[in-house]
Amino acid sequence: MERPAAMTQPTPRGEIPDLLYSEAENDLRQAVKALFAERCRPADVLARIETGETYDLPLWHALAADLGCAGLLVPESLGGAGASYREAAVVAEETGRSAAPVPYLGSAVVATAALLAAVGAEPASDDDSKLLASLADGAQTAALAIAFESWPGSELPGSVRVVAPSAGDQAGGARLTGTAARIADALPADVLLVPADGVPYGLYVVDAHAHGVTRSPVVSLDSTRQLCDLTLDAAPARRVAAGDAATAAVAAALSAGAAMLAAEQLGLAERCLEMTVAYVKERRQFARQVGSFQAIKHRLADLYVSVAQARAVARYAAGCLADDSPDVPVAVAMAKAYCGDAAVKAAEECVQLHGGIGFTWEHPAHLYLKRAKSGSVAFGTPDRHRAALAGLVNLPGA
Amino acid sequence: MLTDTEAADQATGPDDIRRRVRELLEAHDPASTPRLDFLRARFDAGLAWVHYPVGLGGLGAPRTLQPVADAELAAASAPANDPRRIGIGLGMAAPTILAFGTPQQQQRWLRPLWTGEEVWCQLFSEPGAGSDLAGLATRAVPATGNDDAPDGWRVSGQKVWTSMAHKARWAILVARTDPDVPKHAGLTYFACDMTAPGVEVRPLRQLTGEAEFNEVFLADVPIPDSDRLGAVGNGWRVAQTTLMNERVAIGGGTTPREGGMIAGPVATWRDQPGLRTPGLHDRLLRLWVDAEVARIAGARLRQQLAAGRPGPEGSAAKLVFARLNQEISAFEVELAAGDGLLYDDWTMTRPEGANFYGRGPGYRYLRARGNSIEGGTSEILRNIIAERVLGLPPEIRVDKDVPWKDLPR
Repeated sequence: MERPAAMTQPTPRGEIPDLLYSEAENDLRQAVKALFAERCRPADVLARIETGETYDLPLWHALAADLGCAGLLVPESLGGAGASYREAAVVAEETGRSAAPVPYLGSAVVATAALLAAVGAEPASDDDSKLLASLADGAQTAALAIAFESWPGSELPGSVRVVAPSAGDQAGGARLTGTAARIADALPADVLLVPADGVPYGLYVVDAHAHGVTRSPVVSLDSTRQLCDLTLDAAPARRVAAGDAATAAVAAALSAGAAMLAAEQLGLAERCLEMTVAYVKERRQFARQVGSFQAIKHRLADLYVSVAQARAVARYAAGCLADDSPDVPVAVAMAKAYCGDAAVKAAEECVQLHGGIGFTWEHPAHLYLKRAKSGSVAFGTPDRHRAALAGLVNLPGA
Repeated sequence: MLTDTEAADQATGPDDIRRRVRELLEAHDPASTPRLDFLRARFDAGLAWVHYPVGLGGLGAPRTLQPVADAELAAASAPANDPRRIGIGLGMAAPTILAFGTPQQQQRWLRPLWTGEEVWCQLFSEPGAGSDLAGLATRAVPATGNDDAPDGWRVSGQKVWTSMAHKARWAILVARTDPDVPKHAGLTYFACDMTAPGVEVRPLRQLTGEAEFNEVFLADVPIPDSDRLGAVGNGWRVAQTTLMNERVAIGGGTTPREGGMIAGPVATWRDQPGLRTPGLHDRLLRLWVDAEVARIAGARLRQQLAAGRPGPEGSAAKLVFARLNQEISAFEVELAAGDGLLYDDWTMTRPEGANFYGRGPGYRYLRARGNSIEGGTSEILRNIIAERVLGLPPEIRVDKDVPWKDLPR
């Protein structure tokens, strides 16, 4: 597949950006859809989460490297596609739609955004360029070592500290010790980006396979994105940003993560609606399709309305990020608050309107329910984002 | 070969529109030309609604060019046609006349409709036919000529919820011409002269205290057959054109952030810290997000229309609009606390058109109750979304194949 280029023109200030999907974005979507239709069917996901390796690494490699989705946000000069958050959001929608057990959000969005914010689009250091290139072409996978429930602006953890270098360490190298809990997409990661306390506070690159790095899988509400706890014991590290630059890089990554997770939740909600509509047309009780009962029809009509609204605001957030609009904080907070609630509602309705079969393990409805609920907590609950909006749009509390 | 749009682009781009506006302004200086003369000249120059055909106030140009003409004319302080007063004519009657009218009818009606010389109203709903419009009972019987080819009709019945009927010269009217066939098949669409003998208009006072609407009593009202729109028995299909335009008109519109119903409560919230409570804060933030998301969704809908890709999201817009207006205005009354116990005025007045965001919180709260009833109830809209967008099975119908005269009522 040809990699998508940034097609859309920046939006003039104060105007609502293009909220439709471009042809290039539709092509990208079709490619991802085709991959998932073949290799990420509900039965595949259900089988995968029962194994010891809940992430589907061959599928991730196909998405990341073969389709080029890992490098969407990376500039072409560093081996990426030089695309924007609009294109990244389309892929996120599809991962949500298939509840794909791949670390796209953690690696291609959050870790990549953190690294790009930390080192810039033209990194001074060869190591940084190489790292970004290896993320872009899918050779390596990365994760930001921060709890999944963190939100843009949340207090940064101080549970990992810079400790004294070991004998024989190269100059400029550092050692980290401490723990971080509930990290998303770190299990399949080769590289960890670790915020760590020291003088100054910094963002560090850690080889996930190095001595002194222990990742412990945790039983997670959403098995399609299994979290892990991280323990670092004098793990070797390289600093990529310090002080305010590190804080800003983490905040930018969480903001991008929240917006792309909103897009993922949009795709998930769309899938739940489609699945439910198809089911109520097929399922018969009282000698008629259950979808002919007005009690069912009206619930689905309401769901359709909220999905249509979610699509508009998810696109708005992606467009604002792509344009680097001053409205990014408001757009991200709105999108994450709205899409989080919409996805949970869609998944809950999906379970309910499937009746008994929706409550079983064999039916995939629960995959979506768990991913939706977990996703609504991740990168800030809807309430967190509304609270953030209160400050952003001058509606102070009592 | 050029598509229609490309051909129109060649004929009339933005520059061409500006040139035509300049020529209009040169020939008819707005400062010295009487208002009506100017509006007529604007219509004749094709700058009334540029997407209408040449000769009917338009240029056959893309609809997206209309804002160019509007902006240029506004900048020249040219008189406007007061669209709020003639909304039913512009939004509902005109598209229907354009789609189904004969060339003679289009020539006769569209120009005075657009200039506002002739106000139009809508005689659709009846006391016994609200959501079930096709069940309406107003009868049109052939008056002269023979039954198969009458040259005139006599109309009798009662219509309701008719805004502007007391100011209107014309009405769009749906009446039953054949009670012996199933209900949808026996309807015919007319233009009714509101000055004809037998038309009686009475104000219908509503729960806000005022009377935006009327009841209209029709007693043996003569309508010439030349005022029929579409074929005899085709009234239901013609009415669909009108109703689709009504929903667009009620659900559409551009507002800035914090415009519309949310404007009042956010201003009160900022101005009066003493009214704030934690529970109200949570509700306000939810409503703020919902209102802003609905605004962005409206912008996306317009982008789809502009790109020639109208999506089914349009049917969702009115549902959201009604729910939000109701929730926000209900919130505002509570936020107002003591002032929420007051009401500005119960005097019976006759406003020209609806003003959902006007007057005080109490008025806005009460008026918003109508938003989920007028122009298609929210329940009917949900049926439409479920059936036409989601493809769910239609309601089980007991009235579809039965002659109208045999239906229980």
